Amino acid sequence: MIRELGLNDIVYLLEASRWTVALALIAILAGGVLGLIVAVLRIVSFKPANWLAIGYINLIQGTPLLGQLFIFFFGLPLFGIQIGAWEAAALALSINASAFLGEIWRGSLQSVSPRQWEAGAALGLTYWQRLTSVILPQAVRISIAPTVGYLMQLVKDTSLTALIGFIELTRASQILSAATFKPLQVYGLAAIVYFVICFSLSRLSEHLEKRTHAAR
Amino acid sequence: MPLVEITDIHKSFGKVDVLKNISLTVEKGEIVSVIGRSGSGKSTLLRCINGLERVQSGRIVVDGMEVTSPATNINALRERVGMVFQSYNLFPHLTVERNVTLALKKVRRMSNDAARDIARTMVAKVGLADKLGAYPDELSGGQQQRVAIARSLAMQPTMMLFDEITSALDPELVGEVLKVLEELAREGMTMMLVTHEMNFAKNVADRVVFMHQGNVHEDGPARDTLIEPRTPELRSFLSAVLH
Ligand SMILES: Nc1ncnc2c1ncn2[C@@H]1O[C@H](COP(=O)(O)OP(=O)(O)O)[C@@H](O)[C@H]1O
Ligand SMILES: [Mg+2]
Repeated sequence: MIRELGLNDIVYLLEASRWTVALALIAILAGGVLGLIVAVLRIVSFKPANWLAIGYINLIQGTPLLGQLFIFFFGLPLFGIQIGAWEAAALALSINASAFLGEIWRGSLQSVSPRQWEAGAALGLTYWQRLTSVILPQAVRISIAPTVGYLMQLVKDTSLTALIGFIELTRASQILSAATFKPLQVYGLAAIVYFVICFSLSRLSEHLEKRTHAAR
Repeated sequence: MPLVEITDIHKSFGKVDVLKNISLTVEKGEIVSVIGRSGSGKSTLLRCINGLERVQSGRIVVDGMEVTSPATNINALRERVGMVFQSYNLFPHLTVERNVTLALKKVRRMSNDAARDIARTMVAKVGLADKLGAYPDELSGGQQQRVAIARSLAMQPTMMLFDEITSALDPELVGEVLKVLEELAREGMTMMLVTHEMNFAKNVADRVVFMHQGNVHEDGPARDTLIEPRTPELRSFLSAVLH
């Protein structure tokens, strides 16, 4: 049942790309919160916390995302935990994002000069006040470009979830391509959608960098 | 009772002894210049006084608070001891006004309005009333340093520590910062300042402390000590900086 590529098919692809965006959003939000915790655990002067964070980061960054997806999707049911493709995908991507964002943010926090910590200390600010009012705002600006860079990677990485059967943009393209035998057009279209999402992110990054003020 | 009482402190970084059994007192209202070669321990001494560095032994009491005791709330002490650094260290993401109001609001828990009033007064005092809305990178080095002084003064400290605050400045900008210090001296502020400005040390300071290899090598009235050094080390140091 080979057929032509129609408007319906384009709508189908765009609808599937909503899931790509939703997955990326969940991973950014959940991974972001977790990543902030990882970054803070990594820099506080309490060795066990540092080790915990380092171990976590190494484990996640040192194993392939696809493997993590499989572990959640095929592994959890072995322990009697039923999990759908959507939940497994969201979980794996969030955890993956938390390690990468945690490392990016740790680097940003540590790239703020130690003299800024000292200046805050000399004014009587507590450790927490120094971190939140002096260091974090400066680290945020430094981290915008690498964070958005990682988010673009993340958007593209959501395509891996096609392999556990989650129907997002790439899986939808596979289905459509099989039905129409028009791989070039179908995957070309999918590429354009990915590009539009990533390009918007890079514009957002420029906008945010202009809006925040920090040392140049 | 002296405002600062340092008794037999010892400080080392790893195997390097940086301060060796230093004892020193500073009276309220006194202006003490700390001079000495690079590496002699001047900065470390100042940093021990507000607890930025911890000593291995000895006792430091400032304004009745024992800096060297683990029970002391070091942040409360730092509210009373202002410190200005060579590299200004303004917060680059905040305007001049917010650089000054930050600690007032966070540490003193002042309202926005009250903090802003103090910031305006202090920034005007260092002659930068028109720069309240500027960011640090829009100011010259001398202006940044004056803001750093205003930021510290806003906390109404009992005493001020200045660590080579004019050393990073272009020569033509040194004067405007020294003028602020002279004004503070007239108001009776207790100050310890590490400086290479010998004229300032001679004319404004009451006392000179010469550090040499981690010791207080000479300690005396500013004029006499600088004009007639007693030790060959101070004599050779002075001839090196004056020529
Ligand atoms: N954080 C530190 N770690 C290791 N050594 C230090 C540290 N700070 C200072 N020192 C050493 O202590 C000595 C005194 O330094 P410092 O107090 O900065 O001298 P000064 O201000 O008189 O130039 C120097 O030998 C310096 O290298
Ligand atoms: Mg020094």
